[in-house]
Amino acid sequence: MSITKKTYWKGIQQLKNDPAFVKHADKEFVDLGVENDPRHTRRDFLKMMGFSVAAASLAACEAPIRKAIPFVNKPIDADPSIPNYYASTYVNGGDYCSVVVKTREGRPIKIEGNTLSKVSMGGTNAQVEASVMSLYDNYRLRGPKKGNDNASWEDVDKEITAKLQEVAAANGQIRIVSNTILSPSTKAAIEQFKSQYPTASHVQYDQVSYYGMLKGNEASFGKAFIPSYDFAKAKLIVSVGADFLGTWLSPIEFTKQYSVNRKISEDNRTMSRHFQFETNLTLTGANADYRTMIKPSQQGLVVAQLYNLIAGKAGNATISAGMDKVNYLDKAAEELWANRGKALLVCGSNDKDVQVLVNGINAMLDSYGSTILADKAVNFRQGNDEAMAAFVADAEASRIGAVVFYNCNPVYDHPMGAQLGGALKNISLTVSTSYTEDETASMSAYKTPDHHYLESWNDFEPKANSFSLSQPAITPIFKTRQAQESLLMWAGQKVEYFSFVKNNWKNWYFNQSALGLGFQAFWDKCLYDGVLEVGSESGESFSFAGDVNGASSAVSANYKANNTGFEIALYESYGVGNGSQANNPLLQELPDPITKAVWDHYATISQKDAASLGVDNDAEGRTQYLNIAIGGKSVKLPALVQPGQTPGTIGIALGYGRTKVGKVAENLGQNAYPLIVMANGSLNYSVSTGVTPTFVDEPYQIAQTQIHQTYMGRSNVIQESVLSEFKKDPEAGREFTKITKWEEKVDPGTISMWKGHDYNNHHWGMSIDLNSCTGCGACIVACNVENNVALVGKQEVINRREMHWLRIDRYYSSDAADISDYEALEHASENPEVVFQPMLCQHCNNAPCETVCPVAATTHSTEGLNQMTYNRCIGTRYCANNCPYKVRRFNWFKYHDNQQFYEVNPSMNTDLGRMVLNPDVTVRSRGVMEKCSFCVQRIQSGKLTAKREKRKLKDGDVVTACQASCTSGAIVFGDMNDSESQISKLLQITRDEKRPNSSDKQIGNPRAYRVLEEIGVKPNIFYLTKIKNKDVTNA
Amino acid sequence: MQVSSSLRESLITGGKTVGDVSEDICRQVEGKPTKLWWMAFGVSLVLLGFGVYTMSMTLWNGIGMWGLNKTVGWAWDITNFVWWVGIGHAGTLISAILLLFRQKWRMSINRAAEAMTIFAVICAATFPLIHMGRLWLGFYWALPLPNAFGSLWVNFNSPLLWDVFAISTYFTVSLVFWYIGLIPDFAVIRDRAVRMGNKTRATIYNALSFGWQGGAKTWMRYESVALILAGLSTPLVLSVHTIVSMDFATSVVPGWHTTIFPPYFVAGAIFSGFAMVLTLLLITRKVFKLEDYITIYHVELMNIIIIVTGSIVGIAYITEFFIAWYGQVPAEQYAFINRMFGPYWWAYWCMMTCNVISPQLFWFKKIRTSLVSTFVLSIVVNIGMWFERFVIIVSSLHRDYLPSSWSMFYPTMYDVGEYVLTFGFFFAAFLLFAKFFPVINMAEVKSIIKSSSEKKH
Repeated sequence: MSITKKTYWKGIQQLKNDPAFVKHADKEFVDLGVENDPRHTRRDFLKMMGFSVAAASLAACEAPIRKAIPFVNKPIDADPSIPNYYASTYVNGGDYCSVVVKTREGRPIKIEGNTLSKVSMGGTNAQVEASVMSLYDNYRLRGPKKGNDNASWEDVDKEITAKLQEVAAANGQIRIVSNTILSPSTKAAIEQFKSQYPTASHVQYDQVSYYGMLKGNEASFGKAFIPSYDFAKAKLIVSVGADFLGTWLSPIEFTKQYSVNRKISEDNRTMSRHFQFETNLTLTGANADYRTMIKPSQQGLVVAQLYNLIAGKAGNATISAGMDKVNYLDKAAEELWANRGKALLVCGSNDKDVQVLVNGINAMLDSYGSTILADKAVNFRQGNDEAMAAFVADAEASRIGAVVFYNCNPVYDHPMGAQLGGALKNISLTVSTSYTEDETASMSAYKTPDHHYLESWNDFEPKANSFSLSQPAITPIFKTRQAQESLLMWAGQKVEYFSFVKNNWKNWYFNQSALGLGFQAFWDKCLYDGVLEVGSESGESFSFAGDVNGASSAVSANYKANNTGFEIALYESYGVGNGSQANNPLLQELPDPITKAVWDHYATISQKDAASLGVDNDAEGRTQYLNIAIGGKSVKLPALVQPGQTPGTIGIALGYGRTKVGKVAENLGQNAYPLIVMANGSLNYSVSTGVTPTFVDEPYQIAQTQIHQTYMGRSNVIQESVLSEFKKDPEAGREFTKITKWEEKVDPGTISMWKGHDYNNHHWGMSIDLNSCTGCGACIVACNVENNVALVGKQEVINRREMHWLRIDRYYSSDAADISDYEALEHASENPEVVFQPMLCQHCNNAPCETVCPVAATTHSTEGLNQMTYNRCIGTRYCANNCPYKVRRFNWFKYHDNQQFYEVNPSMNTDLGRMVLNPDVTVRSRGVMEKCSFCVQRIQSGKLTAKREKRKLKDGDVVTACQASCTSGAIVFGDMNDSESQISKLLQITRDEKRPNSSDKQIGNPRAYRVLEEIGVKPNIFYLTKIKNKDVTNA
Repeated sequence: MQVSSSLRESLITGGKTVGDVSEDICRQVEGKPTKLWWMAFGVSLVLLGFGVYTMSMTLWNGIGMWGLNKTVGWAWDITNFVWWVGIGHAGTLISAILLLFRQKWRMSINRAAEAMTIFAVICAATFPLIHMGRLWLGFYWALPLPNAFGSLWVNFNSPLLWDVFAISTYFTVSLVFWYIGLIPDFAVIRDRAVRMGNKTRATIYNALSFGWQGGAKTWMRYESVALILAGLSTPLVLSVHTIVSMDFATSVVPGWHTTIFPPYFVAGAIFSGFAMVLTLLLITRKVFKLEDYITIYHVELMNIIIIVTGSIVGIAYITEFFIAWYGQVPAEQYAFINRMFGPYWWAYWCMMTCNVISPQLFWFKKIRTSLVSTFVLSIVVNIGMWFERFVIIVSSLHRDYLPSSWSMFYPTMYDVGEYVLTFGFFFAAFLLFAKFFPVINMAEVKSIIKSSSEKKH
């Protein structure tokens, strides 16, 4: 056995007896490593590891902060939760409205009318109210683009300027194409551009042309202008095809004026009388006292006949044209003549000859100087159809070198848009300043997006000597640039448009102003007010010198009394208007005031024609298509049977069929602009020959928010009468339901299980005048924006689940002889009378919803509000079932942050869209009930302001969104405990001495009634009876 | 001591002895389930699975999955709820009221009827739960629990809250009543299991029977408890559907706002409950060969109750119309005309045919004593009763006061799915019950066979 002494070396160093090894041989750990490195101690390591672990876990715990950057220095006027208001101006093509913009934390969230304006007088309409959402449209251009590529402003400017110079050098034609421009400074900018490029000229056109009217006035008075109208002075109004409350010329202004003479009371038992002769049932026709259905081909003859009738009375020569048997035309003539000096005839025709006759009639009626203010010409609708047609022809013939489309979209909204679109590639420079990539912009080589109007500086002159300003309410969201600045830039001037406008005002208006201020103070005041009136009316008098006989023979030639073929009448949609705001879902989901359809394009036909064509349009909007051939063109649209539609005519709305507009409206409906043709030198919005509708048996469903047309003779819902009855008895039309007890019949209000409430502070109430309400729907949009009401899209409306807190019920009259004939009551008349009834939470004093909620999520406030506590609601829907007014809305789905509603409800589903939400109002979650709150956030804010100012709340401190938007002033809201408030006076509230603050108040106004009085829920909303100015009751 | 009557037919046929009873009833529990049972159980599970899927989708996405809308806030959900609650009436009525009236014939059917009641009430209770927009909060916010929300409390004015109390009380009492009845029978199964040497079963059923020994004193207490519970349940039979009817009767909706609802709903509930008991028992007696226990006589008696309650229901319908005419309230008049001739006329006439006309056929003894026609009519009655609730709920809501809001209701797959869910659950539960629990109250039946079978000897 050999014992081998083995030696194990720790390493080669030991074998070699390396001195470095020997030195450390007794140490267990020989590695010098970290421990001996003075820079890295073990403690350092532990510290660092501790920090890293802690930092990593902290970073993992904390939600990422998204774009919430606190102010280092707070801007002076941006206080969290305190709104700021800026006067500004809404202008879209020829539409004008002076507005006040509400901003919160620097974001515009609401538009309201500017009461200081003499033009729009504080009124708004749906499009104005909705325009705030267009600011946050995801489809907006983020910055300039060359072709389809993003570009920088410098490059784009350089290239455009170079090309313009190139074209100018070659003596090529340059055009600036726009809609009517109301802005003097913009016009000045264009002039500067033109002076830089002498071959440049400016072409104006309008989506809906008034060129025939301009020419008619030129033929009548020697000056192409459109006068101001004053419906407030008109006791007798006759409109032939002019939808002046809805879309014609200046509807906001006209609604305001019109409503003056539709407000009646015990003390003022007079009102204007309104005759309407029209093809489609329009908003104006729906408000008329007498309505006659005429075909577009008869329009000229109706006017001619009226001319003859009036001329006969005036002892003037009659003309050859005319037609017999127009319902109510003789009566209209008689009353026009009786009311001359306070009568007004308006006509929606764009035919200059018809307008000459209209002017002739108005001249005989002494309307000029009374109801027509010819010396206060308006600047809207200056578009020139012939110039535009010439431009398109030039473009097609490659005679144009460069074109700038200034905020207009002729490829879509001009009848020759397709030709223009095809011709654009012939033009070496095409620029669009549109703020979205619309049909024209997408075909233009350069997109140089303008600001949205809420980001812009500008000035306007809607009428002679009436001015207004617009100012930015937000810093531009994207890299857009004021289009005027672009024009000036390309003309070689680098100026800020703001200083350009300000300078202009200094030079132009400052001296004319009688304010007696220094310029800065003058400017500040103008900005603060938003409007400026200078000088006075020219007082220029106009005497009618039109050639009526010439016009008459043209009318005879162009119109037919007995056209047997189908005709088409085109009209502007009340929601999307001319289509420029089609991407605004607020407008798409705004029910059309007449058809109550949303998100849809359709052809309206009469009941008779539906039967003959075989269209079966049931109550649920299920229908079939019509293929409408017009000459060589054809459109295929679903048919909607419309009571009041003239038999033999088809109504088609403009504003649909957009192709480059963003997801909301893309490919919705058909574009009707190509159907418009030039007739008699101007665009004609009807087609009278060669129209053949053919029935296409394909099912389609139109989404309507109201599927029952009549009020079934229920006088507890609608109480109406006629003026002659009202004159005798201001309680005319009122229905006094009685409840039968054992031996007597008593008022329903006197029997109650409840003791009633005592509202010791405020008692909020509302009055809605059915006679003033025109049904326009501005309040619906205002309510949606104010209260963050979700939009749900077409399918959910078909499922009858729209979320609108406020709706306008539209009822047609029926031919039923007897109110127990339910079958006949369901069907609207051929030419029905129409009643509009805004319906919202009635804030009942004995609210049936409150008693049934198992969790007390809906309760009564000490101020008479029926309030909804969203975060207590468990969603049994019992309250909605038990609501007699069906105003409660349930969140069937999660409408926010939900891919399903991304397209239709961008304000709750996109980061950009969310900026429009009102931070004072919760966005409701799924599964809870919601409803009108009487804008409780505004009530609270009004009370807090009063408290801060150490005063009592005044009437007018709290204005609900619907009230603010109501141009006709039909909605009055206020404190019924305050005997000085407008509502107390209007309703003539008298208080019980024993219980002065009781919920049961005595209402003295004979017109005031509560809907469904007999069920005893005692609403705090009162309706004032509808009074038609007709001679006899239509019993 | 039972006294046998020479005039009445015996309740149990076939000359059963006490031993036969135990044997016949326990056979199902002790044996293996048949193929038919497995098939039925499989189908029930499929229905249940589909129902769970639709319910999950509804809970995940929202009530919008159903066909409800701004005007019609309840439709299939509450229709199904009331329907199931109605069905759940027969059990307690049979066990409690008939016990108090000493109707011996109830003994063969009360166990199954009570089980049916329990399951039907569970099915019913799912609807008020899942119809809530926010079930995850609602299931406990609707209870008067002390909470951290300040002084937030439930609203005692709300009929829905009354429902919560009514249904939960009814459910609890029915369950206890049913279970107490089961205790002696569980003990029988245990005893047989001990004899057969099946230890597992013996242990389980011993636990289920709470160690029941069957002493005279125990029996005495048992019977007192049964009597007390019967006394407690009796008003509940009337109160549950009375309160359910108040969901409608206390509202302002024309067609709902009717004082006749409480008695009319109770009669309707008993009507549908008996029909459902018949449907189930006719199958059970066939499948489990219990013809001697559930005889034609039982069937006939139940059919007589159906005629009585069906006629009450019919009179109630007519009374509603009379009052609508006599009351001269236009909205109510319209609501009733609309029921008959409006868009939902088919539902109305379906209800009238099934509920008012078809039970009148039972006046004929031949029909009354025929198993086939009874089976068919029992199903017809339940279809009719479903339509009754649908007519009341939907046809009243869809056209109420303001014509502008009138609309229609179209059910979706998810509406149907939730109904299917309850069927799946109901049949699965009933099959499990039939397999594992004695379907006939052996203890009680044994008390009547002696006398009723005596004649034979």
